[in-house]
Amino acid sequence: MYNNLFEGELVRLTAEEPEAMAKAYSAWAAADSEYQRMLDTSAASLFSVKKWKEWLEKDLEKDPPTFYGFCIRTLADDRLIGFVGLDGNVVPHGEAFVGIGIGDRKDWSRGYGTDAMRLALRYAFMELNLRRVSLNAFEYNPRGLRSYEKAGFRHEGRQRQYLKRDGKRWDLVYMGILREEWMEMYQNEYTRT
Amino acid sequence: MDITQQLFEGQRLRLAPIDHEKDPEIAARWTYDPAYLRSLGLGAARPLTAAQIKKKYEALEKQMEESRDLFHFALRTRPTDESQESRLLGFASVTWIEWPHGNGYLQIAIGERQDRGKGYGSEALRLLLRYGFAELNLFRLSVVIGSENQAALHLFQKFGFVEEVRRRKALLRDGQTYDLVHLGLLSQEWMEGQSHV
Repeated sequence: MYNNLFEGELVRLTAEEPEAMAKAYSAWAAADSEYQRMLDTSAASLFSVKKWKEWLEKDLEKDPPTFYGFCIRTLADDRLIGFVGLDGNVVPHGEAFVGIGIGDRKDWSRGYGTDAMRLALRYAFMELNLRRVSLNAFEYNPRGLRSYEKAGFRHEGRQRQYLKRDGKRWDLVYMGILREEWMEMYQNEYTRT
Repeated sequence: MDITQQLFEGQRLRLAPIDHEKDPEIAARWTYDPAYLRSLGLGAARPLTAAQIKKKYEALEKQMEESRDLFHFALRTRPTDESQESRLLGFASVTWIEWPHGNGYLQIAIGERQDRGKGYGSEALRLLLRYGFAELNLFRLSVVIGSENQAALHLFQKFGFVEEVRRRKALLRDGQTYDLVHLGLLSQEWMEGQSHV
């Protein structure tokens, strides 16, 4: 069935005013350090709404975009719950890294992330026409790894002991999905016949 | 190995600072060789003028100074009995350092075609590993190499790097796809190798 590129079963991808995004991003980071540490290898840090807004505005001005980013809203009650985005350095090899975050832990493990990732993959393969999509995930985030596997990503290896957190070392897990693998999983759903 | 052993001196080459007057012209010539540019990264190869390269070097040194996540060296021949000249061979760097985790990535490129396959890369890598592990005190070093570049894969494997990740078909060149191979070496593995030498 051919339907809207930006609408999934549980969530939709939206554009938001930098003001609303900045408020949400700043609040999620401050409320939950575990969220930040699953998102990024950089040291967890706290930035003001003002600083977030400046970054987002600068990013949104770029044309062509260096980041194809979307906000995630629930279909049921239209709440802003997270973001997903593909880095824009897709030329000349047709590969992009994808990143995703669901801000409030009350919204974790509800299928929102997997649904949003499916939309991001569809956008990557059916709109950006990429050859593959890659991601990094952290060994201590089994919930994330399971969600990525469900969306169709395959394991491609791990950089050993790459992260050090709370005094322990953890692997950086690499996953990837090729265009032909995605087509096999989803083409009946998402391509025109 | 101790403090009296020079960090920047190999047998035939040395790690040296950029020469903003002389290097750009030489490196500009190298940009006409796609094999050189392709060994350096994933961006599309394109020829650059000496002035463009000079600007890049200035930005590079600014990044070295301000963000401290990059250490970049020119590779130069050491003067010998026969010749006092010190010729630019290429570049080497420890880049994209993440200090909280102790990670860094390595890059080595030899400019002239006739200088490749002569063991210069090997000498540069030996110095770079000591710099990364014994001076920067990094926990691990990584390198990303296209699967078509067998010479580079062998070089890093010779120094103990092991394959950790294979991004399938991530590289598209001349109509062919290749894997991007990530290799890694832990400081402890490097230390163990040193004790046998």
